[in-house]
Amino acid sequence: MRVVHYLNQFFGGLGGEEEANIAVEVREGAVGPGRLLEQVLGDGSTVVKTVICGDNHAAENLDSVMELVVEQVRESQADLFVAGPCFVAGRYGVAAGALCAAVQAELGTPVVTGMAVENPGVDLYRQELYIVDSGENVADMRAALIKMAAIARKLAANEDVGRPADMGYIPRGIMKDEIVEESAAVRLANMILAKTTGQPYETELTQTGFEPIPAPPPVPDLSEATVAIVTDGGLVPAGNPDGMPAIASTIWGAYDIAAVDDLEGADYEVYHRGYDNRHVLNDPDRLVPVDVLKELEKAGEVGKVYEQFLSMTGLANPLANSRRIGREIAESLKNAGVDAVILTST
Amino acid sequence: MAQVTAVTPVARMVGSNRVVQGKGIVYPLGDAGLDPEEEKDLRRSIVKQALEALRSEA
Repeated sequence: MRVVHYLNQFFGGLGGEEEANIAVEVREGAVGPGRLLEQVLGDGSTVVKTVICGDNHAAENLDSVMELVVEQVRESQADLFVAGPCFVAGRYGVAAGALCAAVQAELGTPVVTGMAVENPGVDLYRQELYIVDSGENVADMRAALIKMAAIARKLAANEDVGRPADMGYIPRGIMKDEIVEESAAVRLANMILAKTTGQPYETELTQTGFEPIPAPPPVPDLSEATVAIVTDGGLVPAGNPDGMPAIASTIWGAYDIAAVDDLEGADYEVYHRGYDNRHVLNDPDRLVPVDVLKELEKAGEVGKVYEQFLSMTGLANPLANSRRIGREIAESLKNAGVDAVILTST
Repeated sequence: MAQVTAVTPVARMVGSNRVVQGKGIVYPLGDAGLDPEEEKDLRRSIVKQALEALRSEA
Protein backbone atom coordinates (compact mmCIF):
# COMPACT_ATOMS: atom_id res chain seq x y z
CA MET A 1 0.00 0.00 0.00
CA ARG A 2 1.05 3.57 -0.67
CA VAL A 3 0.46 5.59 2.47
CA VAL A 4 0.39 9.29 3.29
CA HIS A 5 0.94 9.90 6.99
CA TYR A 6 0.13 12.98 9.09
CA LEU A 7 2.10 13.84 12.22
CA ASN A 8 2.22 16.85 14.53
CA GLN A 9 5.49 18.64 15.26
CA PHE A 10 6.23 16.46 18.27
CA PHE A 11 5.88 13.07 16.60
CA GLY A 12 7.39 14.53 13.43
CA GLY A 13 10.56 15.16 15.45
CA LEU A 14 10.52 18.95 15.06
CA GLY A 15 10.08 19.81 18.73
CA GLY A 16 7.60 20.15 21.56
CA GLU A 17 5.10 22.83 22.49
CA GLU A 18 7.60 25.57 21.64
CA GLU A 19 7.40 24.49 18.01
CA ALA A 20 3.57 24.24 17.91
CA ASN A 21 3.37 27.21 15.54
CA ILE A 22 5.53 25.55 12.92
CA ALA A 23 3.97 25.65 9.44
CA VAL A 24 3.06 22.56 7.49
CA GLU A 25 5.85 20.70 5.69
CA VAL A 26 5.88 17.66 3.44
CA ARG A 27 8.64 15.05 3.61
CA GLU A 28 9.36 12.18 1.25
CA GLY A 29 9.08 8.81 2.98
CA ALA A 30 8.33 7.80 6.55
CA VAL A 31 9.19 9.83 9.65
CA GLY A 32 9.18 8.62 13.28
CA PRO A 33 6.09 6.48 13.93
CA GLY A 34 5.68 6.17 10.15
CA ARG A 35 8.56 3.67 10.04
CA LEU A 36 6.78 1.50 12.58
CA LEU A 37 3.59 1.92 10.58
CA GLU A 38 5.33 0.53 7.48
CA GLN A 39 6.51 -2.46 9.51
CA VAL A 40 3.13 -3.33 10.98
CA LEU A 41 1.33 -2.82 7.65
CA GLY A 42 3.76 -5.26 6.04
CA ASP A 43 3.31 -6.46 2.43
CA GLY A 44 5.85 -3.94 1.18
CA SER A 45 3.70 -1.01 2.27
CA THR A 46 5.47 2.32 2.09
CA VAL A 47 4.82 5.71 3.55
CA VAL A 48 5.37 7.78 0.43
CA LYS A 49 4.80 11.17 2.04
CA THR A 50 4.73 12.47 5.59
CA VAL A 51 2.94 15.73 6.31
CA ILE A 52 4.10 17.41 9.51
CA CYS A 53 2.44 20.44 11.05
CA GLY A 54 2.58 22.31 14.37
CA ASP A 55 -0.54 21.81 16.48
CA ASN A 56 -1.31 25.51 16.74
CA HIS A 57 -0.69 26.14 13.08
CA ALA A 58 -3.02 23.26 12.18
CA ALA A 59 -5.72 24.48 14.57
CA GLU A 60 -5.55 28.04 13.25
CA ASN A 61 -5.22 27.18 9.55
CA LEU A 62 -7.25 24.01 9.34
CA ASP A 63 -8.83 24.75 5.97
CA SER A 64 -5.55 25.33 4.18
CA VAL A 65 -3.88 22.33 5.86
CA MET A 66 -6.86 20.20 4.83
CA GLU A 67 -6.54 21.39 1.26
CA LEU A 68 -2.82 20.63 1.21
CA VAL A 69 -3.24 17.16 2.69
CA VAL A 70 -6.01 16.23 0.25
CA GLU A 71 -3.77 17.40 -2.59
CA GLN A 72 -0.81 15.36 -1.31
CA VAL A 73 -2.93 12.21 -1.01
CA ARG A 74 -4.32 12.77 -4.51
CA GLU A 75 -0.92 13.46 -6.10
CA SER A 76 0.70 10.50 -4.37
CA GLN A 77 -2.06 8.19 -5.58
CA ALA A 78 -2.11 6.88 -2.05
CA ASP A 79 -4.18 3.85 -1.06
CA LEU A 80 -4.38 4.95 2.54
CA PHE A 81 -4.21 8.08 4.68
CA VAL A 82 -3.17 7.67 8.30
CA ALA A 83 -3.13 10.41 10.94
CA GLY A 84 -1.48 9.96 14.30
CA PRO A 85 -2.06 8.14 16.62
CA CYS A 86 -2.65 11.22 18.74
CA PHE A 87 -3.21 9.75 22.25
CA VAL A 88 -4.53 12.60 24.46
CA ALA A 89 -3.10 15.48 22.41
CA GLY A 90 -6.27 17.49 21.81
CA ARG A 91 -5.28 19.86 19.00
CA TYR A 92 -3.50 16.99 17.25
CA GLY A 93 -6.61 14.81 17.56
CA VAL A 94 -8.95 17.49 16.26
CA ALA A 95 -6.66 18.15 13.28
CA ALA A 96 -6.20 14.42 12.59
CA GLY A 97 -9.97 13.91 12.62
CA ALA A 98 -10.61 16.86 10.31
CA LEU A 99 -7.91 15.77 7.86
CA CYS A 100 -9.13 12.15 7.76
CA ALA A 101 -12.71 13.33 7.25
CA ALA A 102 -11.64 15.63 4.42
CA VAL A 103 -9.60 12.95 2.60
CA GLN A 104 -12.40 10.43 3.01
CA ALA A 105 -15.06 12.82 1.76
CA GLU A 106 -13.14 14.32 -1.16
CA LEU A 107 -11.16 11.36 -2.46
CA GLY A 108 -12.87 8.28 -1.00
CA THR A 109 -9.42 7.06 0.05
CA PRO A 110 -9.45 4.81 3.14
CA VAL A 111 -8.44 6.70 6.29
CA VAL A 112 -7.70 5.67 9.83
CA THR A 113 -6.54 7.47 12.95
CA GLY A 114 -6.04 6.71 16.62
CA MET A 115 -6.75 8.66 19.81
CA ALA A 116 -7.49 8.23 23.48
CA VAL A 117 -11.22 8.17 24.19
CA GLU A 118 -10.87 11.48 26.07
CA ASN A 119 -9.40 13.27 23.05
CA PRO A 120 -11.82 16.00 21.85
CA GLY A 121 -11.25 14.74 18.30
CA VAL A 122 -13.22 11.61 19.25
CA ASP A 123 -16.48 13.42 19.94
CA LEU A 124 -16.13 15.40 16.75
CA TYR A 125 -15.29 12.56 14.36
CA ARG A 126 -16.18 9.15 15.85
CA GLN A 127 -19.31 8.85 13.71
CA GLU A 128 -17.47 9.49 10.45
CA LEU A 129 -14.16 7.74 11.04
CA TYR A 130 -12.50 4.62 12.31
CA ILE A 131 -10.67 5.95 15.34
CA VAL A 132 -8.59 3.33 17.10
CA ASP A 133 -8.59 3.63 20.88
CA SER A 134 -4.87 4.35 21.35
CA GLY A 135 -5.11 4.83 25.11
CA GLU A 136 -3.26 7.71 26.75
CA ASN A 137 0.19 6.21 26.92
CA VAL A 138 2.55 7.08 24.08
CA ALA A 139 4.52 3.93 24.92
CA ASP A 140 1.58 2.00 23.41
CA MET A 141 2.41 3.39 19.97
CA ARG A 142 3.08 -0.04 18.50
CA ALA A 143 -0.16 -1.57 19.82
CA ALA A 144 -2.15 1.37 18.43
CA LEU A 145 -0.46 1.15 15.03
CA ILE A 146 -1.10 -2.61 14.84
CA LYS A 147 -4.83 -1.99 15.36
CA MET A 148 -4.80 0.88 12.85
CA ALA A 149 -3.03 -1.32 10.31
CA ALA A 150 -5.58 -4.12 10.74
CA ILE A 151 -8.44 -1.72 10.03
CA ALA A 152 -6.53 -0.14 7.13
CA ARG A 153 -6.03 -3.54 5.45
CA LYS A 154 -9.75 -4.28 5.70
CA LEU A 155 -10.70 -0.87 4.34
CA ALA A 156 -8.23 -1.20 1.47
CA ALA A 157 -9.60 -4.65 0.60
CA ASN A 158 -13.12 -3.28 0.82
CA GLU A 159 -13.96 -5.79 3.53
CA ASP A 160 -16.34 -5.34 6.44
CA VAL A 161 -14.32 -3.83 9.28
CA GLY A 162 -16.07 -5.75 12.03
CA ARG A 163 -17.14 -4.78 15.50
CA PRO A 164 -15.53 -2.00 17.54
CA ALA A 165 -14.71 -4.33 20.45
CA ASP A 166 -13.04 -6.90 18.16
CA MET A 167 -11.07 -4.40 16.10
CA GLY A 168 -10.19 -1.93 18.84
CA TYR A 169 -11.84 1.17 17.44
CA ILE A 170 -14.15 3.61 19.20
CA PRO A 171 -17.85 2.80 18.53
CA ARG A 172 -19.26 4.87 15.69
CA GLY A 173 -22.89 4.37 16.66
CA ILE A 174 -23.67 2.24 13.62
CA MET A 175 -26.13 -0.67 13.90
CA LYS A 176 -25.81 -3.52 11.43
CA ASP A 177 -28.09 -6.45 10.66
CA GLU A 178 -26.69 -9.80 11.61
CA ILE A 179 -27.99 -13.38 11.44
CA VAL A 180 -27.85 -15.09 14.83
CA GLU A 181 -28.83 -18.57 16.02
CA GLU A 182 -31.01 -17.67 18.97
CA SER A 183 -34.30 -15.76 18.95
CA ALA A 184 -34.58 -12.39 20.65
CA ALA A 185 -36.55 -13.98 23.52
CA VAL A 186 -33.77 -16.48 24.24
CA ARG A 187 -31.05 -13.85 23.95
CA LEU A 188 -32.97 -11.51 26.25
CA ALA A 189 -33.57 -14.23 28.85
CA ASN A 190 -29.88 -15.15 28.75
CA MET A 191 -28.87 -11.53 29.20
CA ILE A 192 -31.19 -11.09 32.18
CA LEU A 193 -29.85 -14.30 33.72
CA ALA A 194 -26.29 -13.14 33.21
CA LYS A 195 -27.05 -9.67 34.56
CA THR A 196 -28.85 -10.91 37.69
CA THR A 197 -26.16 -13.47 38.48
CA GLY A 198 -23.33 -11.01 37.92
CA GLN A 199 -22.01 -12.71 34.77
CA PRO A 200 -20.64 -10.71 31.83
CA TYR A 201 -23.01 -10.02 28.97
CA GLU A 202 -23.07 -7.72 25.95
CA THR A 203 -26.03 -5.47 25.31
CA GLU A 204 -27.36 -5.34 21.75
CA LEU A 205 -28.52 -1.76 22.10
CA THR A 206 -25.91 0.64 23.43
CA GLN A 207 -27.32 4.05 24.23
CA THR A 208 -25.41 7.11 23.15
CA GLY A 209 -22.76 7.45 25.77
CA PHE A 210 -22.46 10.52 27.92
CA GLU A 211 -19.32 10.43 29.97
CA PRO A 212 -20.00 11.02 33.64
CA ILE A 213 -19.22 14.61 34.59
CA PRO A 214 -17.56 14.98 37.99
CA ALA A 215 -19.76 17.15 40.20
CA PRO A 216 -18.09 20.42 41.16
CA PRO A 217 -17.81 20.87 44.93
CA PRO A 218 -20.65 22.73 46.63
CA VAL A 219 -20.41 26.43 47.49
CA PRO A 220 -21.45 26.26 51.14
CA ASP A 221 -21.64 30.02 51.70
CA LEU A 222 -23.40 31.73 48.83
CA SER A 223 -23.55 35.01 50.76
CA GLU A 224 -19.90 35.45 49.78
CA ALA A 225 -20.30 34.11 46.25
CA THR A 226 -20.87 35.56 42.80
CA VAL A 227 -23.72 33.74 41.07
CA ALA A 228 -24.35 33.93 37.33
CA ILE A 229 -27.47 33.10 35.35
CA VAL A 230 -26.99 31.16 32.12
CA THR A 231 -29.81 30.08 29.85
CA ASP A 232 -30.17 27.93 26.76
CA GLY A 233 -33.57 29.48 26.10
CA GLY A 234 -32.33 32.04 23.56
CA LEU A 235 -33.11 35.30 25.42
CA VAL A 236 -31.29 38.30 23.93
CA PRO A 237 -31.67 42.10 24.18
CA ALA A 238 -34.07 43.73 21.71
CA GLY A 239 -32.39 44.06 18.34
CA ASN A 240 -30.44 40.82 18.82
CA PRO A 241 -26.99 42.49 18.86
CA ASP A 242 -24.99 39.28 18.28
CA GLY A 243 -27.29 37.85 15.62
CA MET A 244 -28.28 34.84 17.72
CA PRO A 245 -29.86 32.24 15.41
CA ALA A 246 -33.13 30.61 16.44
CA ILE A 247 -31.80 27.12 15.78
CA ALA A 248 -28.42 25.32 15.87
CA SER A 249 -26.60 28.31 17.32
CA THR A 250 -22.82 28.34 17.09
CA ILE A 251 -22.56 31.43 19.29
CA TRP A 252 -23.47 32.55 22.78
CA GLY A 253 -23.95 36.03 24.16
CA ALA A 254 -23.35 37.88 27.43
CA TYR A 255 -25.79 40.67 28.27
CA ASP A 256 -25.52 43.34 30.90
CA ILE A 257 -27.90 43.24 33.87
CA ALA A 258 -25.75 45.16 36.35
CA ALA A 259 -28.28 47.98 36.70
CA VAL A 260 -31.42 45.93 36.09
CA ASP A 261 -33.60 44.57 38.90
CA ASP A 262 -36.41 43.17 36.82
CA LEU A 263 -36.40 42.14 33.16
CA GLU A 264 -39.07 43.81 31.02
CA GLY A 265 -40.45 42.04 27.98
CA ALA A 266 -40.14 45.13 25.80
CA ASP A 267 -36.36 45.11 26.25
CA TYR A 268 -35.81 41.53 25.08
CA GLU A 269 -36.38 39.08 22.26
CA VAL A 270 -36.21 35.29 22.14
CA TYR A 271 -34.40 33.38 19.39
CA HIS A 272 -35.38 29.75 19.90
CA ARG A 273 -37.76 27.84 17.65
CA GLY A 274 -38.08 24.91 20.04
CA TYR A 275 -40.74 26.33 22.38
CA ASP A 276 -43.56 28.85 22.40
CA ASN A 277 -41.68 32.05 23.27
CA ARG A 278 -44.70 34.22 24.16
CA HIS A 279 -44.66 33.63 27.91
CA VAL A 280 -40.99 34.51 28.22
CA LEU A 281 -41.50 37.57 26.03
CA ASN A 282 -44.27 38.66 28.40
CA ASP A 283 -41.89 38.38 31.35
CA PRO A 284 -38.26 37.32 30.71
CA ASP A 285 -37.78 36.67 34.46
CA ARG A 286 -39.67 33.44 33.82
CA LEU A 287 -36.51 32.26 32.02
CA VAL A 288 -33.76 34.44 33.49
CA PRO A 289 -34.88 35.09 37.09
CA VAL A 290 -33.14 38.42 37.61
CA ASP A 291 -35.96 39.84 39.74
CA VAL A 292 -35.83 37.29 42.56
CA LEU A 293 -32.07 36.74 42.40
CA LYS A 294 -31.45 40.47 42.83
CA GLU A 295 -33.86 40.48 45.79
CA LEU A 296 -31.90 37.59 47.32
CA GLU A 297 -28.71 39.57 46.68
CA LYS A 298 -30.14 42.55 48.59
CA ALA A 299 -31.26 40.21 51.37
CA GLY A 300 -27.68 38.93 51.63
CA GLU A 301 -28.48 35.35 50.70
CA VAL A 302 -26.36 35.72 47.56
CA GLY A 303 -23.14 37.73 47.61
CA LYS A 304 -23.40 39.15 44.12
CA VAL A 305 -25.42 38.51 41.00
CA TYR A 306 -22.93 38.42 38.11
CA GLU A 307 -23.26 41.57 36.02
CA GLN A 308 -24.22 39.73 32.84
CA PHE A 309 -26.53 36.88 31.99
CA LEU A 310 -25.22 34.45 29.37
CA SER A 311 -27.52 33.08 26.72
CA MET A 312 -27.56 30.71 23.76
CA THR A 313 -30.10 28.79 21.74
CA GLY A 314 -30.17 25.19 22.90
CA LEU A 315 -31.93 23.68 19.93
CA ALA A 316 -30.92 21.09 17.31
CA ASN A 317 -27.26 21.53 18.10
CA PRO A 318 -24.64 18.90 17.31
CA LEU A 319 -23.23 17.62 20.59
CA ALA A 320 -19.71 18.70 19.69
CA ASN A 321 -20.90 22.26 19.15
CA SER A 322 -22.84 22.33 22.42
CA ARG A 323 -19.80 21.07 24.26
CA ARG A 324 -17.61 23.74 22.74
CA ILE A 325 -20.09 26.45 23.72
CA GLY A 326 -20.31 24.97 27.22
CA ARG A 327 -16.55 24.99 27.57
CA GLU A 328 -16.31 28.58 26.35
CA ILE A 329 -19.04 29.76 28.73
CA ALA A 330 -17.46 27.91 31.66
CA GLU A 331 -14.06 29.38 30.90
CA SER A 332 -15.41 32.90 30.55
CA LEU A 333 -17.29 32.68 33.87
CA LYS A 334 -14.32 31.17 35.66
CA ASN A 335 -12.07 33.97 34.41
CA ALA A 336 -14.63 36.49 35.62
CA GLY A 337 -14.49 35.02 39.13
CA VAL A 338 -18.01 33.55 39.13
CA ASP A 339 -18.42 30.92 41.87
CA ALA A 340 -21.72 29.31 40.96
CA VAL A 341 -24.17 29.20 38.08
CA ILE A 342 -27.89 28.74 37.73
CA LEU A 343 -28.56 27.31 34.26
CA THR A 344 -32.14 27.54 33.06
CA SER A 345 -33.26 25.26 30.27
CA THR A 346 -36.46 25.30 28.24
CA MET B 1 -23.94 24.68 38.49
CA ALA B 2 -27.57 23.94 39.21
CA GLN B 3 -29.83 23.38 36.22
CA VAL B 4 -33.48 24.41 36.36
CA THR B 5 -35.59 22.64 33.78
CA ALA B 6 -39.01 21.10 33.38
CA VAL B 7 -37.44 18.19 31.51
CA THR B 8 -35.32 16.77 34.30
CA PRO B 9 -34.79 13.30 32.72
CA VAL B 10 -32.91 14.89 29.81
CA ALA B 11 -30.75 16.94 32.16
CA ARG B 12 -29.91 13.82 34.18
CA MET B 13 -29.28 11.75 31.07
CA VAL B 14 -26.60 14.13 29.81
CA GLY B 15 -24.91 14.12 33.21
CA SER B 16 -26.11 17.31 34.90
CA ASN B 17 -25.27 16.90 38.59
CA ARG B 18 -27.59 19.37 40.29
CA VAL B 19 -31.01 19.34 38.67
CA VAL B 20 -33.95 21.40 39.96
CA GLN B 21 -37.50 20.80 38.74
CA GLY B 22 -38.69 23.75 36.66
CA LYS B 23 -42.35 24.64 36.20
CA GLY B 24 -42.78 24.23 32.45
CA ILE B 25 -40.88 23.96 29.19
CA VAL B 26 -42.14 27.38 28.09
CA TYR B 27 -41.26 28.95 31.45
CA PRO B 28 -38.90 27.06 33.73
CA LEU B 29 -39.34 29.75 36.39
CA GLY B 30 -42.86 31.00 35.83
CA ASP B 31 -46.50 30.08 35.43
CA ALA B 32 -48.82 32.20 33.32
CA GLY B 33 -51.79 30.68 35.16
CA LEU B 34 -50.90 32.35 38.44
CA ASP B 35 -51.38 35.97 39.43
CA PRO B 36 -48.13 37.98 39.39
CA GLU B 37 -47.46 37.81 43.14
CA GLU B 38 -48.05 34.05 43.30
CA GLU B 39 -45.92 33.58 40.23
CA LYS B 40 -43.04 35.48 41.80
CA ASP B 41 -43.38 33.36 44.95
CA LEU B 42 -43.11 30.27 42.77
CA ARG B 43 -40.03 31.69 41.03
CA ARG B 44 -38.45 32.58 44.36
CA SER B 45 -39.03 29.08 45.65
CA ILE B 46 -37.43 27.51 42.55
CA VAL B 47 -34.42 29.84 42.71
CA LYS B 48 -34.03 29.03 46.42
CA GLN B 49 -34.05 25.32 45.57
CA ALA B 50 -31.32 25.99 43.01
CA LEU B 51 -29.28 27.87 45.62
CA GLU B 52 -29.77 25.01 48.07
CA ALA B 53 -28.55 22.57 45.39
CA LEU B 54 -25.44 24.73 44.88
CA ARG B 55 -24.75 24.69 48.62
CA SER B 56 -25.11 20.89 48.83
CA GLU B 57 -22.98 17.93 47.78
CA ALA B 58 -24.21 16.59 44.45
